[in-house]
Amino acid sequence: MATIIIPTPLRKFTDNKSSFDSDGSTVQAALDQLVGEYDTLGKQLLTEDGRLRSFLKVYVGDEDIQQLDGTKTALNSDTVVSIIPAIAGGVQ
Amino acid sequence: MAELNKEEFKRYSRHLIIPEFGLEGQKRLKAAKVLVVGAGGLGSPLLQYLAAAGIGKIGIVDFDVVEDSNLQRQVLFGVADLGKSKAQAAKERLLNLNPHIEIQTYETRISSENALEIIKDYDLVADGTDNFPTRYLINDACVLLDKPNVYASIFRFEGQLSVFNYVDAEGVRGPNYRDLFPEPPPPGLVPSCAEGGVIGVLPGILGSLQANEVIKLLSGVGEPLSGRLFLFDASSFQTRTLKVRRDPANPLNGENPTQTELIDYQQFCGIGDTAAEERAVKEVDVEDLKSLQESGEQFQLIDVREPYEYEIANLEGELIPLGVIADAALKIKRDQKVVIHCRSGKRSAKAIRTLEDLHGFDNLYNLKGGILAYAEEVNPELNVY
Repeated sequence: MATIIIPTPLRKFTDNKSSFDSDGSTVQAALDQLVGEYDTLGKQLLTEDGRLRSFLKVYVGDEDIQQLDGTKTALNSDTVVSIIPAIAGGVQ
Repeated sequence: MAELNKEEFKRYSRHLIIPEFGLEGQKRLKAAKVLVVGAGGLGSPLLQYLAAAGIGKIGIVDFDVVEDSNLQRQVLFGVADLGKSKAQAAKERLLNLNPHIEIQTYETRISSENALEIIKDYDLVADGTDNFPTRYLINDACVLLDKPNVYASIFRFEGQLSVFNYVDAEGVRGPNYRDLFPEPPPPGLVPSCAEGGVIGVLPGILGSLQANEVIKLLSGVGEPLSGRLFLFDASSFQTRTLKVRRDPANPLNGENPTQTELIDYQQFCGIGDTAAEERAVKEVDVEDLKSLQESGEQFQLIDVREPYEYEIANLEGELIPLGVIADAALKIKRDQKVVIHCRSGKRSAKAIRTLEDLHGFDNLYNLKGGILAYAEEVNPELNVY
């Protein structure tokens, strides 16, 4: 079962859950399950035509899925999938 | 290269006795010029460690003044600094810490007009700012001027750290911020620390790591965090280090560069546009609300903040957080005046637009300036935050 780690800014769309377990065999399947569970998260993650938004990165292990097979990247039972958003905080 | 005097030998002795660092490393720090943008949460530890480490010249860019709400994490400042320029207060503190260094202050907002001029004389930049337009501005200026950019960013319990635009000993250039995030999130999706909060010690941790990367780059010791993004979740104590690669589509230095100068970063981050797009709503000011309260006229007061904000201070309004307002139309009266408020007036305006668009209300009034204005002008006893 792969684990998707939800970053803090998106947790308001996942009832404050910081991770989500998925038995999806690809990144796409796992994201579909996640969005299926939390439908308001879908709009934040994906564009209207279903592509990942460009201020987000999805990593499998320590590698950007763009360097692998994109959303078709296969997942193992112990894979960690990270959704990484841009955050800007610092001074204030 | 700069020589050390007798006092400096004594002061930096714990550096000098690290075999790979040694006198050579310390002399490099003394000869170095570092620009720190933002003397806030990240800047506080960053500046103190850079000053203590003996960086020869430190530039500080910050237009802001020290406020009460800064002291929870900006440990560079104390109560005596309240109301003072952050850059000036930082300079005083840092020269007290280390009189052997030079501090240059820039009490201005870094912008497309002044960034290249300010940055050009420094060897590297450490970005401790708090908003997307400035992040992209600093990144682009560093790429255009060929300077490394040591980046850290924080939100609530989560921090990110990386070294951008670093050229290694073999002459290979690492990625920059645009390789990682080609575009910023739309305004409003990722709240700032002012809206979303940050645990006070987190900038302490990330700013210290940032200082460590600056010192590594300048001294040539260790392996810089270039081509990697370090993530730290202070609440679960999870750390991850991810690979970052150059993007051939990067408009600054990809395969077909299209951007050769700084741009309008407010526009790039969609900030100017949304303000213009937002429809104005009907308003009342805090004096109007006070008169309404005193007149005995029937009206409904709704507070669209979160329960934990209500606990800090409230006007005894009905609490319906913005996130659930669209589904709460039945709780909102249609036969009397309804005043809606939040902390400063932004969220309540959004709530009104939502209720008007989805449910056709025409009796909703936004409290101008929110509970902050009410505390300032009507009831100074209220807690402000």
